[in-house]
Amino acid sequence: MSSPETKPLLSYCDPENPMDLKAYEAVGGYKSLHKALKHMTPPEVVELVKDSNLRGRGGAGFNTGLKWSFVPQGDNAPKEKYLVCNADEMEPGTFKDRLLMEGKPHQLVEAMIVSAYAFGATTGYIFLRGEYKLAERRLLDAIAEAKAAGYLGNNILGTDYSYELVLHTSAGRYICGEETALLNALEGRRANPRAKPPFPPAVGLWGKPTIINNVETLSNVPHIINNGKEWFHGLSDSNDGGTKLYGISGRVNTPGIWELPLGVTIRELIEEHGGGMRDGYKFRGVLPGGASTDFLVEEHLDLKMDYDTIAKAGSRLGTGTMILLDDKTSVLGMVHNLIQFFAHESCGWCTPCRDGLPWVERVMEALKDGRGSPGDIETLEKHCRYLWIGCTFCALAPGAVEPLKSALKYFREDFENAIRPAPEPADGSIRAKARQGLLEALGQTN
Amino acid sequence: MAKVTLDSTEYDLPTGANLLQAALGEGIDIPYFCWHPALGSVGACRQCAVRQYRDENDERGMLVMSCMVPCTDGTRFDVHNDEDIVKFRETVTEWLMTNHPHDCPVCDEGGHCHLQDMTVMTGHNYRSYRFTKRTYKNQYLGPHINHEMNRCITCYRCVRFYDDYAGGKDLQAMASHNHVYFGRHEEGTLDSEFSGNLIEVCPTGVFTDKTFKSHFIRKWDLQSAPSICQGCSMGCNIIASERYGKLRLINNRYHHDLNGYFICDRGRFGYEYVNAEARVKIPRLKDDGDFKDLTEDELSTFLSGHIQPGSKLLGIGSPRASLESNFALRTLVGSDNFSNGLTQRDSDLMSRILAIRAEHPANNASIRDIEASDAVLVLGEDLTNTAPRMALALRQSTRNEPMESVTAMRIPEWSDKAARLATFGKSGPLFAATPRGTKLDDVTTAKVHGDPVDIARLGYAIAHALDAEAPAVGGLSEEESAFVTAAAAALKGAKQPAIISGTSLNEGKLLDAAANVALALTQQDKPAQLAYVAPEGNAMGTAMVGGMSLERAIEAARTGDYDAVVIVENDLYQNLLASLADSLFEGEITVIAIDHSMGATMDKADLILPAGAFSESDGTLVNFEGRAQRFFQVYPAEAAIQEAWRWVRDLMEFADQSQANEWQTLDDVLFAMEKDVTSLQGVAEAAPLAAFRAVGGKIPRMSRRASGRTAMQAHIEVSEDKPAEDPDTPLSFSMEGSATTPPPALLNRYYAPGWSSVSSLNRFQDEVGGPLRGGDPGVGLIQSPGDASVSFYNHVPEATRLTDGQVLFLPLHHVFGSEPWSASCPGIQARSPGPYLAVHPDDAGKWGLEEGDLAKIALDGRDLTLPVQFTPSLKAGTAGLPVGFAGLEGASLPTAAAAPTRGIES
Amino acid sequence: MLTEAERKELDHEAEHYEHKQALTIEALKILQNHRGWISDDSIKDIAEYLKCDPSEVDSVATFYNLIYRKPVGKKVVHVCTSVSCWIMGSENIEKRFQDKLGLGYGQTTGDDQVTLVRNQCLGYCDHAPCMQLNDKMYGDLETDASVDAAIDDIQAI
Repeated sequence: MSSPETKPLLSYCDPENPMDLKAYEAVGGYKSLHKALKHMTPPEVVELVKDSNLRGRGGAGFNTGLKWSFVPQGDNAPKEKYLVCNADEMEPGTFKDRLLMEGKPHQLVEAMIVSAYAFGATTGYIFLRGEYKLAERRLLDAIAEAKAAGYLGNNILGTDYSYELVLHTSAGRYICGEETALLNALEGRRANPRAKPPFPPAVGLWGKPTIINNVETLSNVPHIINNGKEWFHGLSDSNDGGTKLYGISGRVNTPGIWELPLGVTIRELIEEHGGGMRDGYKFRGVLPGGASTDFLVEEHLDLKMDYDTIAKAGSRLGTGTMILLDDKTSVLGMVHNLIQFFAHESCGWCTPCRDGLPWVERVMEALKDGRGSPGDIETLEKHCRYLWIGCTFCALAPGAVEPLKSALKYFREDFENAIRPAPEPADGSIRAKARQGLLEALGQTN
Repeated sequence: MAKVTLDSTEYDLPTGANLLQAALGEGIDIPYFCWHPALGSVGACRQCAVRQYRDENDERGMLVMSCMVPCTDGTRFDVHNDEDIVKFRETVTEWLMTNHPHDCPVCDEGGHCHLQDMTVMTGHNYRSYRFTKRTYKNQYLGPHINHEMNRCITCYRCVRFYDDYAGGKDLQAMASHNHVYFGRHEEGTLDSEFSGNLIEVCPTGVFTDKTFKSHFIRKWDLQSAPSICQGCSMGCNIIASERYGKLRLINNRYHHDLNGYFICDRGRFGYEYVNAEARVKIPRLKDDGDFKDLTEDELSTFLSGHIQPGSKLLGIGSPRASLESNFALRTLVGSDNFSNGLTQRDSDLMSRILAIRAEHPANNASIRDIEASDAVLVLGEDLTNTAPRMALALRQSTRNEPMESVTAMRIPEWSDKAARLATFGKSGPLFAATPRGTKLDDVTTAKVHGDPVDIARLGYAIAHALDAEAPAVGGLSEEESAFVTAAAAALKGAKQPAIISGTSLNEGKLLDAAANVALALTQQDKPAQLAYVAPEGNAMGTAMVGGMSLERAIEAARTGDYDAVVIVENDLYQNLLASLADSLFEGEITVIAIDHSMGATMDKADLILPAGAFSESDGTLVNFEGRAQRFFQVYPAEAAIQEAWRWVRDLMEFADQSQANEWQTLDDVLFAMEKDVTSLQGVAEAAPLAAFRAVGGKIPRMSRRASGRTAMQAHIEVSEDKPAEDPDTPLSFSMEGSATTPPPALLNRYYAPGWSSVSSLNRFQDEVGGPLRGGDPGVGLIQSPGDASVSFYNHVPEATRLTDGQVLFLPLHHVFGSEPWSASCPGIQARSPGPYLAVHPDDAGKWGLEEGDLAKIALDGRDLTLPVQFTPSLKAGTAGLPVGFAGLEGASLPTAAAAPTRGIES
Repeated sequence: MLTEAERKELDHEAEHYEHKQALTIEALKILQNHRGWISDDSIKDIAEYLKCDPSEVDSVATFYNLIYRKPVGKKVVHVCTSVSCWIMGSENIEKRFQDKLGLGYGQTTGDDQVTLVRNQCLGYCDHAPCMQLNDKMYGDLETDASVDAAIDDIQAI
């Protein structure tokens, strides 16, 4: 068993047999609640978390405490405030939150209470993927136990603080991971992202101040309260605080999830933790932080997996769960699979994403089957350009084209080889004449 | 104002407005889809992208959506100068077109299609998408709206109008990604009374007009004229269009103070009676019980036999006839012998409204004033059914109070989704007292249901709660008292409170009560808005012309003093009990009826003369606020059809009246009217007179691209006819004439280079969404007297007392069904409920009635059998009957009568 | 018509949300749990319960992946077809279902027992390729034998 001092998140995390309340309390569970509610003011908790430099683990990497500080407080602020845990883990190749919820559900429940206290949330919602049935059961049990123990409900631990925690299971939609779309889903609507401003800390669930944090992000909070910010900084090999759950899927010997200091190198992850590439397979590339991050290749293997380093290399740390591309897997097939996913998961709100991604999908389908046409690469490049940030309403499409964009950069030959030259229509044929006529009319030459 | 640089040119744009709207107002072409001036911005379609630069030194800039950017001083944008942005916008259209069927030649939208315009504007002309398109199945959406989802470009405007704006729930976005589908859970008629606006809101041909489809003509081949909807007293502005003698299409005509961008379905689709079989086209004489057509000579002979100098003539006008027709008739018969065609009841109500207006200091509210109010009290009117467009405005008004918090959060009002989100679940004060629940219930703060007197008493009580000087009301229930307190507090707390009442419940005390509330507020220096809904399109105008009531006219006819009675556009049987109407025809008096279509009165008349329908006539109507507005003839009328006033003028010839010669044109009548009727001073200015000429001559009713103008009559006569003359207006029945933009009152078509669709309206306003350039048309005939010398009305009515076994029958109104001419159109008919008796379930239990049973009632001496409809919102002890429905014509409601009994088993 | 049990569950869930509309998704899931899938009648039942228009419910129902608007078999097998599983050979899973049960994605066996649907990443990537039946995960389905064994297991449940 790993040590709670260096691996706070996954210590005592056992998906086969998770701790019940008693066992969890016996190893220091719910201690943070006593400390925070009885000995700290809410602003002190916010300050502490802000100073710990805990950055969001859901992909965007925003300072968590800073986010909390945006919640309007005081008599003029709405009384109802909400904390929403984004447990809609749906990024392909990402499976870390599942582990936390199945293996150590009380950690999240504790985190949801203490974090809520920090900005005065009146109700918390865990927005859980519908497919995560085991996690659902475990969390429901944990919530029931916590309630019975007086950690939830009115006047928690005899203080003035009252708080309810509700588990909501999603009906399945990747876009629900986008925090404002998630709010719409929670309100029982179609999960289209919302216009920003306003931002959820001011206008969120049912128009009330709302904080949305990822499972892993929240899970760190009790430990920060228990052990302090210096300890948290010390866990990391980077400028940002804490450990990180790293994962690998693909053709390594031992795929899995590990809690490691933030800033471990890609090579170490693959070689030491993933057990190296499987026999007969060679490393070709990696999506470092889930399906919506840019490929990194051989030359990047020694880079540290932290927010800034990976960003500098042209990709994103994202969720920290890597997907490996090996030499026997078709790059085109992989990109097609990814784009197919994103095209299907587009909510249909904005044009570029809704109508652009399916086009990319069709082109990729043709390319992967070796049916590419001249101009296809240009079409893909145009889409990479015009599905970028700002062009679209939310970050789904920009994320979707990250692997494509980088694949075009690093694996361009694969694309070029998939293009069949257009058969020239025989001179004098009706098609040839029509084509010529059209080109002339457009002022273009053949 | 903010100094904003667009493509290196500096503009003064309204600070805080969204850049797209402001730029369009400057005449700069930025393509767009999801934005709409009345619906705001949501940033979904991404078509209106521009490049924004941080400062002078920024060379890279940032791609932003102009609809989502507020105009701020010192900002700089590229719209057309930046090649990449231009290319992006082209790509957006290219994406939208990947699944579009490119079926313009067979699409009803073709030629006035925003998508076509934007495709040309963005320069997308070469399709590089080489894959298959997805296809959808369409839904049957009722008799009025055609659905072709394959054309959809998913801009979400339809649901944003239908649901967010108009409160409809049965049209929604279904599915996701590139399979988003706008439709209903299952096929069926769209619920909303405003569904027709989807036709104009949709930027392409997904929602099109089914009535138009049944006689389709391309936009450029339509002959069009500005018109006024005759469906209710709102006076919504419309454009009516024709080809080959058939009225083809009604579209919204923008009026900033009235209908804005939207009209109701009664107004849009209730025109088909104009093309119906029941039309009269030739003068006809009753001969042995049957009508026979008359030649001109035969008509002359008949008339000279019956109308001579000195003949004693009685005239019956109509609240749905133009001022000109009513006035002409009054001139023919003399004001002592003239009835304005209002029933005694309506006449009393209208006189009361005019009397209150003459002395009351409250602002005479327009629809826009209502929309801008932040607390509203409705006394009696079921607005969705009696004044639909005002109901739509009222729905918007409930957003005003919550919107203040949105502004405080620095969310621009035009950022529609964000603003709605920030005001989620909040609705500004709307207090309504009506006989039963209404379609505004979902945005109503508090409601009370009762009989008209109950409601009037509530109004008095609210006035008293606001000002102790106003008379007090005793004996209110707890619920009523709570309502009174809350309504008074809300009105008092508002910046701009509004009070709406009207004539639909036939209770004059309601008018007084509303006036009291408004007075209490004006005396506290609140800019109180007071609106009274009138019974018909020109009820206000006819009331101003004056004259005796319908009942008095019939009495007069029966004295035997009159030789003939001339009835203009009034079917007595729709307003009076048949037994009473019959009595007109019993004496020796000759009945001359002038109307556009057959009907019970025409059937019984001795001589009938074919009048032009609104699309074949010019005239002036006065709407609920006393605004005189001119409607214009759209096309030359067929056969002997002519304006009712011209028939009356012709009759004058036989009476040897001087006007017969003097009145050659509409303007002659207008001038005479201004001279003779003091209250109608200024009415001629409602629109430019016939002599008006724009640069280039008359304003053509046809577009410059009208096809085959010279062969229009080819099926009758091969040689080209001279275009018909129009002596009455500055419009011509032709494509020739002025090519400049006509003055607003004469605007008959929205078109600007590059803008073929209704979106070109942007080019006719100084500021997009503001008044029409040159001012919105019409002239207000009623000015509120500024200072309040008036005191509170003191006669609080006693609550209705019923004797045992009695029930109070109340009038209930239906947007589809209560107005007879629109109700005669097949589509409207299909959307109208059949006749019914609305009862409270508790009462029904007492009377042994089940829902759907046939109940028997005796009313006005008539035995009626009607299916029972349970209406839990009715106050127990009241029952409701739909006004104007077959079998219920002329019912005097409210009426206390014996409770219904069970009729035949259902 | 809602059954007593369905109504009870709905009433219970309703306590957790500030507005009734928020219950739409829960309601769809509850009814699907009881009825297997969401028929037009189920949409109407929910609309009646929530006092809204059936179109509003359908608008939400048709948006989400896990709401079945078409009949499904007793057992709905979700095969992960996302990237990690695809790399590890998820295409073979469909092939085995095709060979053994004649079943493709979106199809149901003739006896209405098994429906096969493709699913987005199931978050079981360290055991790719994988599939799910209710709360049971089948992982490491790299070989024909392992897929076949899983199919047998599914049939036996």
